Amino acid sequence: MVLSVHKVEFSYGKVKVLADVNFKVQSGDLVSILGVNGSGKSTLMKCINRILKFESGVILVDDEDIKNMKDVEIAQKMGYVPQTSETGFITVFDAVLLGRKPYIKWDVSREDVKLTKRVLDLMDLEKYALRYINELSGGELQKVVIARALVQQPKVLLLDEPTSDLDLKNQLEVMNIIKKISRNHKIASVVVMHDINLALRYSDKFIMLKEGEVFTAGGKEVVTPETIKEVYGVDVHVRSFEGTPIVIPKSQNIDEN
Amino acid sequence: MNFKDESVAVYEAYIRKKLILCFVLVLAILISVIMSIKVGAADLSFTQIITALFNRNAVGAGIIWNIRIPRLLAAIVAGCCMGMEGVVMQCVLRNPLASPYTMGISQGAAFGAAFAIIVLGAGTVSVMQADAVVVNNPYITVVAAFLGSLIGVLAILLIARVRSVTPEVMILGGVAMSALFSAGTMFLQYFASDTQVAASVFWTFGDVGRAVWNDVWVMLALMVPALLYFMYHAWDYNSLESGEETAKGLGVNTDHIRIWGMLISSFTAAVTVAFLGVIGFVGLIAPHIMRRVIGTDHRFLIPTSAMLGALILLVSDTVARSIMAPIVLPVGIITSFLGAPLFLYIIMKMGR
Repeated sequence: MVLSVHKVEFSYGKVKVLADVNFKVQSGDLVSILGVNGSGKSTLMKCINRILKFESGVILVDDEDIKNMKDVEIAQKMGYVPQTSETGFITVFDAVLLGRKPYIKWDVSREDVKLTKRVLDLMDLEKYALRYINELSGGELQKVVIARALVQQPKVLLLDEPTSDLDLKNQLEVMNIIKKISRNHKIASVVVMHDINLALRYSDKFIMLKEGEVFTAGGKEVVTPETIKEVYGVDVHVRSFEGTPIVIPKSQNIDEN
Repeated sequence: MNFKDESVAVYEAYIRKKLILCFVLVLAILISVIMSIKVGAADLSFTQIITALFNRNAVGAGIIWNIRIPRLLAAIVAGCCMGMEGVVMQCVLRNPLASPYTMGISQGAAFGAAFAIIVLGAGTVSVMQADAVVVNNPYITVVAAFLGSLIGVLAILLIARVRSVTPEVMILGGVAMSALFSAGTMFLQYFASDTQVAASVFWTFGDVGRAVWNDVWVMLALMVPALLYFMYHAWDYNSLESGEETAKGLGVNTDHIRIWGMLISSFTAAVTVAFLGVIGFVGLIAPHIMRRVIGTDHRFLIPTSAMLGALILLVSDTVARSIMAPIVLPVGIITSFLGAPLFLYIIMKMGR
């Protein structure tokens, strides 16, 4: 197991956000974390990356306890793509090269440059290499941010709602990229998702969080009308279309509420 | 530019362009140095200047070595300080308007100076050709100004440490300290004599002409290690520029970088403002111009902003000495004239 989360608990002050979270992720797997707003999804991502210092529990990356690792060592094993990232007067090339930060002392090596170039090619970004990132569209920017996490050469990739600001075409493109890199480069990807259907289409496994606890976890079979009713409080149909389950909310008369 | 070819060669060419810009700035500073050394009340020819540079007993050697060179070196060193402080503050505070001037450091120094002049009796007015005020005891004033700005900075950092080390807390802290110091200065001036008020007001007119050799050495001795520290952390600032969480995800201890960045930049700012008075806007303009020209890679942004700061201050001072000659204007007036419209331009651009 490349990532193992065991009995992790976290509170903001007196408010408990995560209580006894357990799961494991294999390399090459794409795992979606589902749950309502405020269920602790983003907090969980930050705990895994040790941006937030969780109170109790153990998180192992590559069999190493992250509590015993330096920040830089964690950054060498895990790439993190936050919900929002800032733009500015920085070229796409430099923005991606920044992902080498955990390895760079001060001077950039030829290997850093070559790896950055390879990842730009992989993400189909080489044509933008010398453009400032504030000139890019939302989809292109998201690809730049993912590319930055990739040049960290991570074993685990954490993505917090990577498709939330994107149009349909870019959503599919970004998820395709994440799926491809997870599989081809044996990276364990953990993705916070709001779009259940998009998650069903691309993910190998699902973790449903409810009030800071893992409500259920497993393959596509865990996404049922019952679990969704429990986690989201919404009545849905789950149908199969071309071998993939799709979730369709039952029609509701808004006046009834 | 075709990026598909030799990527390393292309990257090196891209870096070379930035290095060429650094070289151009150095050249511009050298030209301004020559201009600056030539301009002045005593009309010295280039031959006289060159002779005076090598022969301390030659005609004009006293003017060159005791007045013009310390003055231009002070402008260069202080300008460098202001440029790099601006870059670091704007980066660690994630705010384009952060500078020693907007963070209350100048106001702290002004309060300290007013306190020294009015309460400790360190200054009186007397008319000289270049400087209308002679502060009786310049060192008390300098030390008090330095302490004033340092108290402001430490208060901001303390508030941040207790509350949270976020840019918002620090900036609001800066605004509060700035208001507090301004009120304190006005309070002191309200009860002071006319001459004391004049001296304390005059102190705030930033002027590089006040600097003597010792001041230059002290500023230089602080500037060099501060610049090295900032350059060493250039990648950390690059990470911060991409957002707090991205930086943390890259293994950067953002709280540490923010506190030390603020402390060191404020410390150098406190020293320059204590020696030279309030010189506004250089720390704001230089980084903004360089950011647009060279981008936000701090490996280049820090040194080029420092150089541009030096260039702006040196040119402004030369203008200040020649525009209304024989009257020598304090350089702070020129930089603010130059800076205020740019400040407005930045504010208008931000809204888009």
